[in-house]
Amino acid sequence: MFQPDDPLAPPQPVFDEPWQAQALALADSLVNAGHFSAQDWARTLGAALAAAEARGAADTLETYYLAVVDALERLSAQQAGISRQDMDQRRADWEAAYNRTPHGQPVKLEPSA
Amino acid sequence: MATFDSENAAHLHRELHSHLPSDPALRVKTLESLAIERGLVAPQTVDAWVEAYSEHIGPKRGAQVVARAWLDADFHARLLEDAAEAIKDLGFQGSATGHLKAVANTDRQHNMVVCTLCSCYPFSILGMSPSWYKSAEYRARAVREPRQVLSEFGVALADDVAVRVWDSTAELRYLVVPQRPAGTQGWSEEALAAIVTRNSMIGTQRDLPLEAS
Repeated sequence: MFQPDDPLAPPQPVFDEPWQAQALALADSLVNAGHFSAQDWARTLGAALAAAEARGAADTLETYYLAVVDALERLSAQQAGISRQDMDQRRADWEAAYNRTPHGQPVKLEPSA
Repeated sequence: MATFDSENAAHLHRELHSHLPSDPALRVKTLESLAIERGLVAPQTVDAWVEAYSEHIGPKRGAQVVARAWLDADFHARLLEDAAEAIKDLGFQGSATGHLKAVANTDRQHNMVVCTLCSCYPFSILGMSPSWYKSAEYRARAVREPRQVLSEFGVALADDVAVRVWDSTAELRYLVVPQRPAGTQGWSEEALAAIVTRNSMIGTQRDLPLEAS
């Protein structure tokens, strides 16, 4: 695990999945816009990582980024006025949008409200 | 009942052909769309951030800072005094480097950076942190047994070289200034920057080889 970069290896992508980059981007954007402080972000992410470790989650990037999403949801609810109920509703709207959109076409959100 | 069966079959069919994103992808999409809709972030902000950090911003900026410090004693002094201010010379001011401290390696001291709490990292000048930097193992062991961790990175420290581990926080992030290798007299700033590696600026590498990696 602790190997220096192999200069002969092909460059690795920075993120394994687009959602990982988007989660970090959203967190950093919310911090930069002042919706939550860098300290609160670090504290909340630290707590989410500690919780993952405590329940025995594997020490992987996947675990790390899932903690990022956990922390993002928690802080959005606590400090950015996005309630869990809002999240559940919007998630259901996205799922409905994906399910009704034919393959290959852009997925558009049409909120039920 | 026939109707039930056909509905069920239709449902199964939809499920099979469903291209629903993964659970975390949907959770992020949910938050992003709500944040944009409520004006918490501008519509293009997230995409622009992802593009910048995936493709453009790497450790090159940090390497330029180090090369400048090697060549310019005045810059070196100002960098150690107030890194956030000094790197403005190179146009690298940014929110993530608002509180940046540069620590220089010497013959007697090696510096190494960790974030024991989460993964605080000066990403606006070093790009995204490597995956090992985010791992629970590195975060725990870097402070507990830094010499052992360094040896696993291939760094053999002489007994008379002290290791100082700097624990990053949201308020304060660190940049290690590695030592300039012998045999680089007369090199340009650009040539020097090319041999400075990301790991050397985190402190998990000490000696820089003269070939650009």
